[in-house]
Amino acid sequence: MLSEFGYILLFIITAIVFTAVILFVAKLLRPNRPNVEKLTTYESGEEPDGNANVRFNIRFYVIALLFVLFDLELVFLFPWATVFGNETLNNSTDGLWGWFAIVEMFIFVGILILGLAYAWIKGHLDWVRPEVQEPQFKSPVPISKYEAINKKYS
Amino acid sequence: MIQFVFIAFMVLTLASALVVLLTKNVLYAAFSLLGTFLGVSALYVLAGADFLAVAQILVYVGGVLVLLIFGVMLTNQQGNKSRGRNDITTESSNRVLGVFVMLGFSATLLYTFGRARFLTIQDSLFEAVEPTSTTQTIGVELMTNYVLPFEVSGVLLMAVLIGAAYLSTKTKN
Repeated sequence: MLSEFGYILLFIITAIVFTAVILFVAKLLRPNRPNVEKLTTYESGEEPDGNANVRFNIRFYVIALLFVLFDLELVFLFPWATVFGNETLNNSTDGLWGWFAIVEMFIFVGILILGLAYAWIKGHLDWVRPEVQEPQFKSPVPISKYEAINKKYS
Repeated sequence: MIQFVFIAFMVLTLASALVVLLTKNVLYAAFSLLGTFLGVSALYVLAGADFLAVAQILVYVGGVLVLLIFGVMLTNQQGNKSRGRNDITTESSNRVLGVFVMLGFSATLLYTFGRARFLTIQDSLFEAVEPTSTTQTIGVELMTNYVLPFEVSGVLLMAVLIGAAYLSTKTKN
């Protein structure tokens, strides 16, 4: 088992060394003539305006929380998936093992889906929309006059 | 070979944990916590707990840390505008309380280590024993001996889900 994780270690080392070598070689090769225009933040060709450190919508936090919960469920699913179709266990229990395992897992996932459905129906997952402020303005000219002008010049 | 890897990951864990302790910038602390989690999961692998290591990466690096960084991103940083800086720094540093907590943890750990009996690995402390994969054992145990705690943990997760969703909507009114 440890030697199999050794491959992962090799991958990690390769990633670090590869990045370092590429950056170093690029630094050796490239010309270095910075100016103000080159050093500005590139954002789709737009001139950057204001602070990047804005407050995010609180709703993202709920989504992240739900993600962590289902992530935990996934952790339980993994060891189950390796033994659920095990042939020796299935044969020695006359196929009962597989049925038992799948029923248990359906109950486990079902409980969580029940919770998700409850939160969904109760509206806890609704996206908080920013309030649109409609301008309050009463024009002395009736709207039909504007429409008449629009029709005349269109 | 194994002990060099072990020492390297131990240094990674301890160094990034120190950065978490010493830095005042919350975002730096969150990112160096990533190094700590990765180092700890590597130490799990070296201790022969492969499933725990993968679970650590999946849940802590993939989930909890994202939650933490979300927490930083959701923070209102009005107080730092005057200095013209972008970072969020902590003002509180409870050194005395921290030392007390550290002493408590150390005492507990020392007590546990003192009671543990390292008879089998005493003479070959750094010799790696070739451990086998634990995932299938965990799966079989989860479906036989621990099937009731498994389902109860499902109920617990559901309660957490509803609680988290409920608490986060209360700010609407």
